[in-house]
Amino acid sequence: MAKHLLLRDLDIPNIREIEVYQANDGYAAWHKAVTTMKGEDVLGIVKDAGLRGRGGAGFPAGLKWSFIPKDVFPKYVVVNGDESEPGTFKDHQLIRGNPHQVIEGTALCAFAIGSNLAYIYLRGEFSEPGKALEKALDEAYAKGMLGKNLFGTNYSLDIRVHYGAGAYICGEESALLESLEGRIGQPRLKPPFPATNGLYNKPTVINNVETLANVPLIVHNGAAWYKAMGTEKSTGVKLFSVSGHVKNPGNYELELGKFSIQDLLDMAGGSSTGRPIKAVLPAGSSSPIIPAANFGAKLDYESMGTIGSVLGSCSFIFMDDSVNMVWAARKMIRFFKHESCGKCTPCREGTNWALKLYNKMLSGEGGKADIDLIADVNKQIIGKCFCPLGEFATSSMTFTLKHFKQDYIDFVEKKMGGSPEFLAELARDAHATHGGH
Amino acid sequence: MLRTNRAADIEKVFAKYPTKRSAVMPLLYLAQAEYGYCSPEAIREVAELCELDPTEVKSVTGFYTMFNESPTGKVILDVCDDLPCALRGADAFMAHCESRLGIKAGETTADGKFTLRSAMCLAACNRAPLLQANGDYHYDLTPESFDKLIDELGK
Repeated sequence: MAKHLLLRDLDIPNIREIEVYQANDGYAAWHKAVTTMKGEDVLGIVKDAGLRGRGGAGFPAGLKWSFIPKDVFPKYVVVNGDESEPGTFKDHQLIRGNPHQVIEGTALCAFAIGSNLAYIYLRGEFSEPGKALEKALDEAYAKGMLGKNLFGTNYSLDIRVHYGAGAYICGEESALLESLEGRIGQPRLKPPFPATNGLYNKPTVINNVETLANVPLIVHNGAAWYKAMGTEKSTGVKLFSVSGHVKNPGNYELELGKFSIQDLLDMAGGSSTGRPIKAVLPAGSSSPIIPAANFGAKLDYESMGTIGSVLGSCSFIFMDDSVNMVWAARKMIRFFKHESCGKCTPCREGTNWALKLYNKMLSGEGGKADIDLIADVNKQIIGKCFCPLGEFATSSMTFTLKHFKQDYIDFVEKKMGGSPEFLAELARDAHATHGGH
Repeated sequence: MLRTNRAADIEKVFAKYPTKRSAVMPLLYLAQAEYGYCSPEAIREVAELCELDPTEVKSVTGFYTMFNESPTGKVILDVCDDLPCALRGADAFMAHCESRLGIKAGETTADGKFTLRSAMCLAACNRAPLLQANGDYHYDLTPESFDKLIDELGK
């Protein structure tokens, strides 16, 4: 097994401490960049390496950085650590286990675009991993890795941590900026994009925690070294969060395009229940579900597209054949209904009606007409909102229905709804779900 | 008063941002720590500090689920029962939590010690069933380990 490049805490205990991190090439790229390189050189290497955003969209990071206008000041870097997609827990481990690599990547990004101030936005629930990150930041300042006139140059950089307070929508980049500016987290209309009108209306790069954790490796070892891993269009390594019905759930760091979904399932020890695996959600709750028949697909951005799904944030939720997709879809819609920010009517009302529809089926009162109504609800959400949240909700309905229509038919024909377990779940939800936005 | 009791913390918060408005959320966390929840008084103080209308601050506390607009128990237990956790028994686990505490999720025990809530994903699906107790993670829970945790936290 090759050594981990991102989850280095698995190979090197205490890499979260700056002395250990530095003893393992930590901050070497940072020192080299600030003392011997220009920002555009760093940007060029990252662009050449083909690094794509690891938050979900897979947009080329170097290209995103190159959109930042040179002559507008100040510029900002904002790190998206609002990891809130059910099934996703990779940034959590990175922040906790290898925080200096996240800091160094953030710093290199800032240097590349000529920014002197970066914010790392952590979801509010990350107060515990946040402590590890804040401790690492204190160490970095104490060692002169951050602050004024770095390494005797006239370049200065501050990195600060900001906590959200419980809102999935803040993982959407423009909602995240609103939140950082002290407002409710509702997405902005785009364009303009954050590259020109971002934080405080200034040029801003927003990248996921994992994306930036790759950058020190790229700058230290070179673009050619990085590109040698993965495929032509999906370069490098990627973290895969594996959960659900597997024996060994956890984060797996893999070269892109080299392994299949089945390989990933095998690595995670296979089914934990003894029952066959029926399907997987490859990018958390928001992704098109993949039936087991397609588990031969390779784990890269393009291959996942060819089987009608996405690689996204690589959060693989495996489900065995005991799972009825009406129940699973309802769980996901419950989430999206709660997390809809309320700005766009089609999403706010659509997720609300969708949940009512699924609640009706779960309670045993659903009929075939309700199944037909699902497509109608979806049609009224898709393409009609500022951000993708509403569409994420529709994908849990559309694709469970597309691939597992029999589950829906069984549910209404065999009167599977209305069981004591389902009724208890519905009663609890009606009572328990606090807040909402 | 926040301004007098947390002066140093407030100063640190303001130093982090170029605008006062950006300090709203960190200050609300401070206020919540000070008053136990985001009371009307806390909201007025934060609004004054950030030079905002209290209504604007209230919109923030209303939007974000981690700002409590009414008093809670001493320990808030956030149990995740989203899909990945439910596949690993979170629904049955939640039912146990309710029966052990003698309340329903969303409620506070009569002695004011515990508030039990259903959380929206805590980004640790590999360690379900899990919960956060006042923000601290407790992983791989069973009914037995939950009972033990409640005994410890309830002391």
